[in-house]
Amino acid sequence: MFLDSFPMLTLMMLAPIVGSLVILMINHKDQDIADRNIRSVALLTTITVFVMSIFLWVGFDNNTADFQFVEKHDWIGDSISYYIGVDGISVLFVVLTAFLMPIVVLSSWEAIATRVKEYMIAFLILETLMIGVFSALDIFLFYVFFEGGLIPMYLLIGVWGGANRIYASFKFFLYTLLGSVLMLVAVLYMYMQAGTTDIPVLMNYDFAPGVQTWLWLAFFASFAVKMPMWPVHTWLPDAHVQAPTGGSVILAGVLLKMGGYGFLRFSLPMFPDATHEFAWLVFALSIIAIIYTSLVALVQEDIKKLIAYSSVAHMGFVTIGIFVLNPNGIEGAIFTMLSHGVVSGALFLTVGVIYDRLHTREISRYGGLANNMKMYAVIFVLFSMASIGLPGTSGFIGEFLVLNGSFAYNSWIAFFAAFGVILGAAYMLYLVRRLIYGPLDKDDVKAMPDLSLREKIIFAPLVAVVLWMGIYPNSFLDPLHATVENLIETRFSNNVGHAAQDVTPDAAVGR
Amino acid sequence: MFFESIVFLPLIGFLVVGMFGRQLGDQTSQILTSLLVSIAALLSWFAFADVALGGNKHTVHVLDWVNSGTLSFSWAFKIDTLTAVMLVVVNSVSALVHWYSMGYMSEDPDKPRFFAYLSLFTFAMLMLVTSDNLVQMFFGWEGVGLASYLLIGFWFKKPSANAAAIKAFVVNRVGDFGFALGIYGVFLLTGSVEFDVIFASIANYEQTEIVFLGSQYHAITVICLLLFIGAMGKSAQLGLHTWLPDAMEGPTPVSALIHAATMVTAGVFLVARFSPVFEFSPFALTVVTYVGAATALFAASVGLVQNDIKRVIAYSTCSQLGYMFFALGVSAYGAAIFHLFTHAFFKALLFLGAGSVIHAMHHEQDMRKMGGIYKKIPITYIVMIIGTLAITGVPYLGSGFFSKDMIIEAAYAADRQGAEFAFVLSILAALMTSFYSWRLIFMTFHGKTRADDHTFDHAHEGPWTMVIPLLILAVGAFGAGAFFYDAFVGDGRFAFWNGSLITTAGDVLDAAHHVPFAVKAAPFIAMFLGLFIAIMFYMRGSDIAQRTAKTWDGLYAFLLNKWYFDELYNLIFIRPAFWLGRMFWKRGDEDTIDGFGPNGVSSLVANVAGRVRKLQTGYVYHYAFAMIIGLAVVVTWFMTQSGTH
Repeated sequence: MFLDSFPMLTLMMLAPIVGSLVILMINHKDQDIADRNIRSVALLTTITVFVMSIFLWVGFDNNTADFQFVEKHDWIGDSISYYIGVDGISVLFVVLTAFLMPIVVLSSWEAIATRVKEYMIAFLILETLMIGVFSALDIFLFYVFFEGGLIPMYLLIGVWGGANRIYASFKFFLYTLLGSVLMLVAVLYMYMQAGTTDIPVLMNYDFAPGVQTWLWLAFFASFAVKMPMWPVHTWLPDAHVQAPTGGSVILAGVLLKMGGYGFLRFSLPMFPDATHEFAWLVFALSIIAIIYTSLVALVQEDIKKLIAYSSVAHMGFVTIGIFVLNPNGIEGAIFTMLSHGVVSGALFLTVGVIYDRLHTREISRYGGLANNMKMYAVIFVLFSMASIGLPGTSGFIGEFLVLNGSFAYNSWIAFFAAFGVILGAAYMLYLVRRLIYGPLDKDDVKAMPDLSLREKIIFAPLVAVVLWMGIYPNSFLDPLHATVENLIETRFSNNVGHAAQDVTPDAAVGR
Repeated sequence: MFFESIVFLPLIGFLVVGMFGRQLGDQTSQILTSLLVSIAALLSWFAFADVALGGNKHTVHVLDWVNSGTLSFSWAFKIDTLTAVMLVVVNSVSALVHWYSMGYMSEDPDKPRFFAYLSLFTFAMLMLVTSDNLVQMFFGWEGVGLASYLLIGFWFKKPSANAAAIKAFVVNRVGDFGFALGIYGVFLLTGSVEFDVIFASIANYEQTEIVFLGSQYHAITVICLLLFIGAMGKSAQLGLHTWLPDAMEGPTPVSALIHAATMVTAGVFLVARFSPVFEFSPFALTVVTYVGAATALFAASVGLVQNDIKRVIAYSTCSQLGYMFFALGVSAYGAAIFHLFTHAFFKALLFLGAGSVIHAMHHEQDMRKMGGIYKKIPITYIVMIIGTLAITGVPYLGSGFFSKDMIIEAAYAADRQGAEFAFVLSILAALMTSFYSWRLIFMTFHGKTRADDHTFDHAHEGPWTMVIPLLILAVGAFGAGAFFYDAFVGDGRFAFWNGSLITTAGDVLDAAHHVPFAVKAAPFIAMFLGLFIAIMFYMRGSDIAQRTAKTWDGLYAFLLNKWYFDELYNLIFIRPAFWLGRMFWKRGDEDTIDGFGPNGVSSLVANVAGRVRKLQTGYVYHYAFAMIIGLAVVVTWFMTQSGTH
């Protein structure tokens, strides 16, 4: 097929670089004109990449678990190569990244007034790196993208962030770096053992069980921080609070997904025995995360912190889904990540809207927005409902599949995780009540105008996607089936067997 | 397209008015939504004729929904008699409430939003009752919860309305927690979430056990109890009932539609729909019986002393739902749905009548500030009397007599555990029902008025859009019982239900037709006694009510404060949740994790760096010396290592 031989992924990674080169060359003595041109180029670039991602999605063959759009070129020495491609697990993350980027650029249109050039370049480079993470098929290449992504994000928080941005950016950087260092050691060891950095080969390589344990833990250290899982989640609220709106959107929308993606790409296929061995640990941490962070979210006074904590809770569902090792669980986990990417991104954008008007994130400074910002109120309630997991929105499908998968695995897990569903409603609606409802009695809040045309344009596609994912999720589930099934069959059906027993109803149900 | 129209017309109304309400204007928005729902209501009666009377069944596939692993389900409709009955109830009441609201909400500045919400609710409720699988039912289930949340909090400037809205949603989520686990259990057991597949295969699992939360239990019992938790939340059964009285913060038409006639009966519908499964678990049915009977009595007892006209009716609803549940519990499914059907008419009538009173009294809801207004609003008075005759079960003078007495007799006739308990409690509750219903009438309409002169003088009937729905509902409340008796619970029930409920010859309904006369007379005596006491208390102008309250002040306070459920829940759930949240946040995240983690490490690093700095003397030979020492250590280490090989 034409699309298969076409270097689509490379072009998607190249386009933002070209875009940033163009931006670099923009110079005009009138700073306003220069900034406008910079923004336009950035928007055009990201839209181009998004359009390419649509072709990627349409051209993707749902019926095979093989990697597609594969490109392979020698890079460093004999073993490390520029090797990229996507399978069912990664293709939609690439699409998600490309989808969120134009929205981020639009949302920064007026909010970012200083160093526009550097800001947009940082985002475009970040886009290249994020796409790289999800499409790299060489473990060194992956590591470069994975770590490289830290730098622009670190700069975005550190330069364009809030008052306490230096602390937050260091915390973010150190936390994630610490985890990654262990992963680097593991990667080196794997290269020495297996003699290759080729991910598809490593996915079928059988490491000795004792070795798997250590490798799994090393990768876990990195991915658990990225997720983030309890108790290494405390960088996230700070990073979100200090990051500019666009940074929060990408952080919540894409960067958090790298942890879950990493589990699926590395931990599960490469270390299946260790995955079984440590599943209990993941479940315990995830359940604690769900209940603990939901309760913490309930008492937050800062809007962004509240949503950040809710992200940690949602990611708890993701890790549970991944490690129950059945199709419902894993597909649900991927779907939850996609949904959370859109919904939490949208929620951070809604916070950005009122932050741009009042320059505070303190919940008690607002109230009664439904009186003067009617459209905003509708949008905010809609995304809150998606976050709560109301059926018909994207949030429901993922949560439902994960819980269904985990109930089949062990009803205790579903039982505890489902508390998150109750608590999620409590903290989100409590937030809605404090922001949106109630009397409008503060003068500066009264003066806030409703959504502008630009803001409506930002939210329209997000609303459409949230409903689409909720009403006809098969568009997003179909690409997953073959890959997920293949992963479970090749790595988790023969050698251990106990996962397979748990998922078939007849085995779990005895007379 | 026929059944699609019934379900999707209200959705169209919601979308158009929800998005373009301000451009369309109040008048167009109201008429558009009302017309669409009215058309749906009309079509529903045709559907009823076709399905329930004609004996047809339909399944309609709309759109695939989810495929994942072996789990797959669609957006699809299953139209059988049970669904047809619900279609008629939901759409008819909804249409009448739409028209009524045009009058009731005429002074509200936010009319398009109100009508959009009403239509949204109607759509969600229709999705619930037409679903052919558990997940779509859950969609409708949570959808009506959303609409209920939005409508309770419709007057969002009122803090009490916002609090009530959140409470309704979160308490319902507790129920949904059980419902969701129940769905997973059903899927684990039968491998499907589609009704037809589940019901066809459920007999194979009669003896199956399942591991749930670490122990082995009878699988069907576990599933039924989990689903029943969901039903308890939505139908405000004892323990999860606390949201319903507070939900009266919403506009009165909302209370009539959602919190009386339709949404709160979803739990009854769920259990009835799942009757083929519940039949295999006598234990689950016993639980349903106990909970239903206890709720019937509890809510009636609280209703005795409430002073807010809407709260009296709200507790009455809660109590009547209890009747429906224990009817389900004794396997009198037809009787439960029959009561659901008649109750929808007379309770909607009572609520809309109360709305008419409130409208007349300038939004006063406290019955202590009413009285003597029957002359001012005679039509409302008459329809309220009709509603009261129906709910108290006056023989042949209202539909409640046919359905409620059927339930009480079934409870007597059933030999299931808990049935006797239910029978005794239901008689007691019937007495209380009669008392509080007549108390409401007497306090509101009779005696000398306690309203101020201005309010009393200006009391008047609402416009025709309010009056006509009242009259139509009055006809239903009066006649629906007698008219449909044979089909729902009589000899015609086998053909009527046509397999959509468990109906077998010689079942509890047959037995209920042949109970001793004393049993048939018991509810009548209870009803009469309640009326008699109400007359003694409130019609003779004496202070006997106040004196009784004073004599029994402990009991009175206990009832007035609704058995202190809210206080209890506040103490054991809400405050601990906030306390835990703060503790996890401040002590957990900030002090412990950050304290030992990043902040601890960074202060440690700063500390160490301070010492290391002292080593940086700036003299080259110091550095060179350090390098040589280091090199020596490394080389030695490598040599010893290689030596061991």
